[in-house]
Amino acid sequence: MNLHEYQSKKILASYGVPVPEGRVAESADEALAAAQALGGKVWVVKAQVHAGGRGKAGGVKLARDTAAVRTAAAGMLGQRLVTKQTGPAGLPIERVYVESGSEIERELYLSLTLNRERSRIAVVASASGGMDIEEVAEHTPEKILSVTIHPATGLQPFQCKQLAFGIGLKGKQIEQFQSILLALYRLYQERDASLIEINPLIVTKGGALVALDCKLEIEANALFRQKDTAALRDVGQEDAMERRASEHDLNYVSLDGDIACMVNGAGLAMATMDLIKLHGGKPANFLDVGGGATSERVTAAFELILSNANVRAILVNIFGGIVRCDLIADGIVNAVKNVGVDVPVVVRLEGTNAEAARARLAESGLAIIAAADLTDAAKKVVTAARASK
Amino acid sequence: MSVLVNARTRVICQGFTGKQGTFHSEQCLAYGTQLVGGVTPGRGGEQHLGLPVYDTVRDAVHGTGATVSMIYVPAAYAADSILEAVDAGIELVVCITEGVPVNDMVKVKAALSGSPTRLIGPNCPGIITPGECKIGIMPGFIHKKGAVGIVSRSGTLTYEAVFQTTSQGLGQSTCAGIGGDPVRGMNFIDVIELFERDPQTEGIIMVGEIGGSDEEAAAQHIRQYVTKPVVAYIAGVTAPPGKRMGHAGAVIAGGKGTAADKYRALDAAGVRTVKSPALLGSAMAELLSRRSVARTRAAKPVPRKAVRKPAKKAPKKATKKAVKKSARHR
Repeated sequence: MNLHEYQSKKILASYGVPVPEGRVAESADEALAAAQALGGKVWVVKAQVHAGGRGKAGGVKLARDTAAVRTAAAGMLGQRLVTKQTGPAGLPIERVYVESGSEIERELYLSLTLNRERSRIAVVASASGGMDIEEVAEHTPEKILSVTIHPATGLQPFQCKQLAFGIGLKGKQIEQFQSILLALYRLYQERDASLIEINPLIVTKGGALVALDCKLEIEANALFRQKDTAALRDVGQEDAMERRASEHDLNYVSLDGDIACMVNGAGLAMATMDLIKLHGGKPANFLDVGGGATSERVTAAFELILSNANVRAILVNIFGGIVRCDLIADGIVNAVKNVGVDVPVVVRLEGTNAEAARARLAESGLAIIAAADLTDAAKKVVTAARASK
Repeated sequence: MSVLVNARTRVICQGFTGKQGTFHSEQCLAYGTQLVGGVTPGRGGEQHLGLPVYDTVRDAVHGTGATVSMIYVPAAYAADSILEAVDAGIELVVCITEGVPVNDMVKVKAALSGSPTRLIGPNCPGIITPGECKIGIMPGFIHKKGAVGIVSRSGTLTYEAVFQTTSQGLGQSTCAGIGGDPVRGMNFIDVIELFERDPQTEGIIMVGEIGGSDEEAAAQHIRQYVTKPVVAYIAGVTAPPGKRMGHAGAVIAGGKGTAADKYRALDAAGVRTVKSPALLGSAMAELLSRRSVARTRAAKPVPRKAVRKPAKKAPKKATKKAVKKSARHR
């Protein structure tokens, strides 16, 4: 689960990590009032969306008087921000964060996330902050420093110092960096984070370290024990289709093609998308109906994929293990009848009671195209999609 | 022969009396698995499915002599259950549970290193040696005793590989679903290593997916150590970066872990890669038939040098194995 910058910074501050003073605003007037309350001479108005790359996309504006704060907020609120991470539709800006401006001496990079190869949490630091860290990693990998943390010992002071010296910190900054990093690791553990990224962590003209931006992700699987953090979820930032899917326990990801697929199992669902592409089509979605696919779920899944206007054909690919294929077939027949499916449906069912399932589909009298195997299914659905254009 | 589990393997179930535990325990018993009891704290002394229930894994091990545990407890308690099995000296833990928090698994993984316990999963279909022992949620009837070892990160894709190798008449030695989470127990390399040593396994099918770099690591290992034919498929060529495709581990992060990267590594290691999951069975059949043709040819009288080579190798391997075996007995 993603958090907004203003939410993340509030959590950081509660762990003693220095952040600039700021206030969240939902209207231009609130933004103006926020700037006045903060005082000072320079403010930054930041669009609150669940995506990076805001600066380049016009989602971060510097204001040198309070009127400019108001203008910047008015220009953002109610709009959609398109960054390189959002896709062409962008994300709605419902709030802005108004912050006191900081005097920047240096920009550093700091993050904590899982190192999959080591199965441990890793800290990554770099003296090249403020830019796309992936680009830094690709072009100048020597500028990326990393340590991994043993879960029994936790993050050690020597590791913090290693990184601090490595990114060129001096004097009191070493100690401050260490206390920030130890706090972040504690936060990571206690809040079940999957990513804490501070880019940039700045050194101010006065020599102090401040977290100028923060991206905090909480692991979805741990939300059951993170009730407070779970309450910070902003569904307005989520894809409407994906949100609807999650309400039905369906795993759905929107894609830009025209062949919808409904599959049981994440691996097989990905493989089905790949097969469609291999045979010249374009998948409209990833959809895993799960191992316990029931008739109701199949109906919900049909409703979901049909609400995408781009869909020209549907491929149902089920390998019945514990799930009985004949029950799935009943679900398909019901759904096609009740939901009113007006595009061709290709069905491939294999596994438990597959014979009976095929018979049910044939008896239904519906225009369901039966497929003999995976390859046959992919070919048939690509042909059907072309014909229904 | 087979790997990890066979007809003599004695198995207990943690989360035995729950809905999932009960259903799948019944299925495993029906398949012929030597399920000898289960664990549900607070219900020790009861009987369930005609088998004894214990309060703790230690009690269950003491009472049944089990060496393997399969886990169906809810995600919130799964890590604790795995650690309890490790503490009780269980040799192989198979954790089916889906949705275990990654931070819990980081701790479990650290506890496993240095312990003799092996873990399969979490979030996996389990492991099966056809005709002998089924531990997990896979449909038993699609399997057939045979020559192909299958290792996979995805459940239903494993079934595809099984179904195809059964249809081809090849069958399977053992199939291990290692799960789709980013931090898990046994990995491709661990299972492939066992398949390489197992005399029943003639060929290996590996089913990977986007995310992480375990397939690349496996490719390196295969290049250096594996002599048996390997067929591989990677799911997720069409998956967009940054989007999690169902499995917690299936996400292309920072431009790494793409299907193209993995295919490149596997191709370079001499693995027979297929771009369609529908071709796993036929590709393996082709490789194995080529091998047996080569073997029949080798069996015919041929120049001395060619015969001598394998003869030289064979005793070496045998001694290695014997040494390892005796080490384990100690």
